[in-house]
Amino acid sequence: MRLASSPADIAIQTAKTRQSLQRRPQADLPGTLFKWLLISFTGFAIAFLGVLVVVMVNDGWSVLSGRLSGFLSNGFSQRSAQDAGVWQGIVGSVQIGIATALFAIPVGIATAIYLVEYATGGWFARAVELNVRNLAGVPSIVYGLLGLTVFVKTLDGFTQGKTVIAGGLTLAAMVLPIIVITSVEALKAVPQGIREAAYGVGATKWEVLSRQILPAAVSTILTGTVLSLARALGEAAPLILVGAATGFISFGDSNFLETFTGPFTALPVLIFNFARQPGEDWSANAAAASVVILILVLMINGAALYFRNRFEKKW
Amino acid sequence: MVETNNLNESAREEKKTTISLSPTISSMATRGDESTADPSAAEVIFDVEKLDAFYGDFKALSNVSLQVYKSQVTAFIGPSGCGKSTFLRCFNRMNDLIEGARVEGTIKYRGADLYDEEVDPVEVRRRIGMVFQKPNPFPKSIFENVAYGPRLSGLKKSKLAETVEKSLRRSALWDEVKDRLSASAYGLSGGQQQRLCIARAIAVQPDVVLMDEPCSALDPIATARIEELITELKSEYTIVIVTHNMQQAARMSDQTAFFSVALDSHGSRTGELVEFDKTETIFTNPNDSRTEAYITGRVG
Amino acid sequence: MNMTTISAEELQTASGRRLRSSLARWMFLLASAVTILISGLIIWTIASEAWTFASQVAADQLQTIGWFPRRGMFDIGTLILNSAQIAIVSMIVAVPSGLGAAIYLSEYAHPRVRRIMKPTLELLASVPSVVLGVFAISFITPVVLSKFFDEINFFNKLAAGIGVGLLVIPLIASISEDALRAVPRDLREASAGLGARKATTAIRVVIPAALSGLMAAIIVGFSRAIGETMVVTIASGGGDTSLFETSIKESGGTVTSAMAALGLGTDQVAGNDLAFQSLYFLGALLFIITLVMNMLGNLIVRRMQERY
Ligand SMILES: Nc1ncnc2c1ncn2[C@@H]1O[C@H](COP(=O)(O)OP(=O)(O)OP(=O)(O)O)[C@@H](O)[C@H]1O
Ligand SMILES: [Mg+2]
Repeated sequence: MRLASSPADIAIQTAKTRQSLQRRPQADLPGTLFKWLLISFTGFAIAFLGVLVVVMVNDGWSVLSGRLSGFLSNGFSQRSAQDAGVWQGIVGSVQIGIATALFAIPVGIATAIYLVEYATGGWFARAVELNVRNLAGVPSIVYGLLGLTVFVKTLDGFTQGKTVIAGGLTLAAMVLPIIVITSVEALKAVPQGIREAAYGVGATKWEVLSRQILPAAVSTILTGTVLSLARALGEAAPLILVGAATGFISFGDSNFLETFTGPFTALPVLIFNFARQPGEDWSANAAAASVVILILVLMINGAALYFRNRFEKKW
Repeated sequence: MVETNNLNESAREEKKTTISLSPTISSMATRGDESTADPSAAEVIFDVEKLDAFYGDFKALSNVSLQVYKSQVTAFIGPSGCGKSTFLRCFNRMNDLIEGARVEGTIKYRGADLYDEEVDPVEVRRRIGMVFQKPNPFPKSIFENVAYGPRLSGLKKSKLAETVEKSLRRSALWDEVKDRLSASAYGLSGGQQQRLCIARAIAVQPDVVLMDEPCSALDPIATARIEELITELKSEYTIVIVTHNMQQAARMSDQTAFFSVALDSHGSRTGELVEFDKTETIFTNPNDSRTEAYITGRVG
Repeated sequence: MNMTTISAEELQTASGRRLRSSLARWMFLLASAVTILISGLIIWTIASEAWTFASQVAADQLQTIGWFPRRGMFDIGTLILNSAQIAIVSMIVAVPSGLGAAIYLSEYAHPRVRRIMKPTLELLASVPSVVLGVFAISFITPVVLSKFFDEINFFNKLAAGIGVGLLVIPLIASISEDALRAVPRDLREASAGLGARKATTAIRVVIPAALSGLMAAIIVGFSRAIGETMVVTIASGGGDTSLFETSIKESGGTVTSAMAALGLGTDQVAGNDLAFQSLYFLGALLFIITLVMNMLGNLIVRRMQERY
């Protein structure tokens, strides 16, 4: 064995080392393949979204380009596909959305506050948390059963039967666990230091909450809440059970508030109805209405993104 | 793979001879840098020249030059945040894994520029192993932890058990775990886990082992065992160790580099090498007053 | 300050502030009781009607072949078969794509790519299921499946399964990504330090370490697929009856779509008396199946969180 002593030897050794460290083109072939496999799987999901939009716009094009204003302003007509529109669906969805938000958001956020700020770790908190997690996994149609029995029948004195209020309560029950879970996460993300600093200057729990913690968590809570309302907007199954009208609804001359206690429908329910009818014209209506709801969903998601970025705090 | 093993083997043999035949004159070690300690001592494994390390725009380390010698323990000491870990992780290009991390200047490993375009960082890490501050065994069995590296380099199944045993013996863990090789590594104590991580690192027969505060998470007894182990391992491996514990550096290392935080020309904080010398010199007769202050402040 | 003594009163918070604080506390407690109330109501609602069904239905009504509730033929097996087939198809679509996207996002994607991908997946998650149903009958069956199969029913379980799968991708991706990101960075560094390439680290260290979380993602995804209603109702089982049919190229209603069909007719439930109650019986079945799966999934996720 020679020692690396002379310059020549050193040069040889250096060359050897350099060669052994060299990047070999084939060395990470499996890794490259793996990476591209992952990219293609990810791409599949994204591409699907693109294809979905293109197909819906294409199929609904005759309606979207031909009679968009009529389509947006007409009621649902069972007689003729050419006269059918989504106005009542949009109104219904907005109303249900308002009702859902009114019922679910206060209760959801209050529950989250109780879990994080008051009952942390206790048996009651743990029971509520477990319960909320399980509720989040209950299929939406099961909430429809709840709505049908409890909100439409048992509580009909309050809801007036198959109305926007009953639908809103049903969807509120459905999104409540989602709002609780995202709000809990948002509150837990508020650094402990903020709480301690506020208590340190003698604030009561309520003051700490309303002035420090909620403002700090509001962006995440809003994001989660808005996204959960997007989910409510897209739900048809529970509304079908609660009795969303599948035929023409006459609002008569009732005003906006009165329509909350009248028969109702919603955009996804209308889409379902369009899709059930035979014939090209009806499928064009279904596609066009899908475009409308996709745009609404996109807007809601945009709003969520806006809240997230607008209020984003760096700790 | 064949090439690699050859290189490793020859490197190992050379090491043994170097110890008995001294002094070896390496021209690389004779570069007239003031901070270079005893240029005639041994072969240079790493030759660092004017190294700057960055995280994005933040310069963590500025203008470091030093040499790491074969079969010696080189210790990095200095206050927290002065860039010891950053520097250590440059030696096996671990910082490549961090978004935005980059270096300027050169590190030569056995004469080859580690940051050359041609160099595959993965190949670098096969030769230059690493032991981390917190024991980080995989959530696998003890056996599988040690076998992980050898499997990567395609070691035959039949040789695996032998390699695992050898590495565990080498890291003084064999007697404690030989009856439960298939048990989860998470069942071991912290000190045992760290020795397992050392076994895992040496199972691939690296040339150099980098250790980033390997004892800081351990109790004194476990620390003593690891120190003993490191002293033993140095006959076979070149070791670079970061430590907060001054006595540990004084006890175990041959060379010591003292880093500190300074304000650079733009007024921002950056790490720099204050003094690099034989451990004995650093601890008994340091050149720089900052070194002296640090040493005496801690050792008392 | 030159005050040397303070009375106990001065140490008390002003009573108005205190009152407000304790009032708030009770409000929050009341709110969290609502979630328990909802669970109780769901169980009570379903259980009472489902019990009526179970106690009054004759055994031979359950063993007919096919689901014809208004004629008193309640072959739940047919619905379960269809539910299972559609859920399995959906998993074949959703698992590779969901896991693949999760691994890509957690191990490979540049932060900038992640920042775009996450909202995109969220958008995907909020595509209404009716829209996917329309997509299934206007694209998946006529454009895609008809290329592969000469004879395929316009309404078929395969298209429904694919549609449900597309719907479940973001759910699986997001739970899996959380699981993968929970694997400590330490382990990735240890692996890289031993000379493992990125893919090797992902396959041999990160994925095994996150395995239970990935399993949970699949279980929760499966549960969601079982509970999905509108895609199936539109694309496979629109009618309120269902023939027994094993081929996935044929139509067939699931537990959920049978419920929707019954729900559409709740005003005019005619024929067999038990048709209305069967709706609740199916609901009970669905509730139990999904509850068990979700609890299992949550349990696994919690175990994993405790480990790291
Ligand atoms: N991933 C990173 N991104 C950005 N900055 C970093 C990163 N890692 C370290 N730094 C910064 O680089 C500087 C040096 O850090 P380094 O961890 O190397 O110090 P150290 O000497 O090892 O300290 P310690 O003794 O506490 O381990 C510090 O200012 C640190 O904040
Ligand atoms: Mg460090």
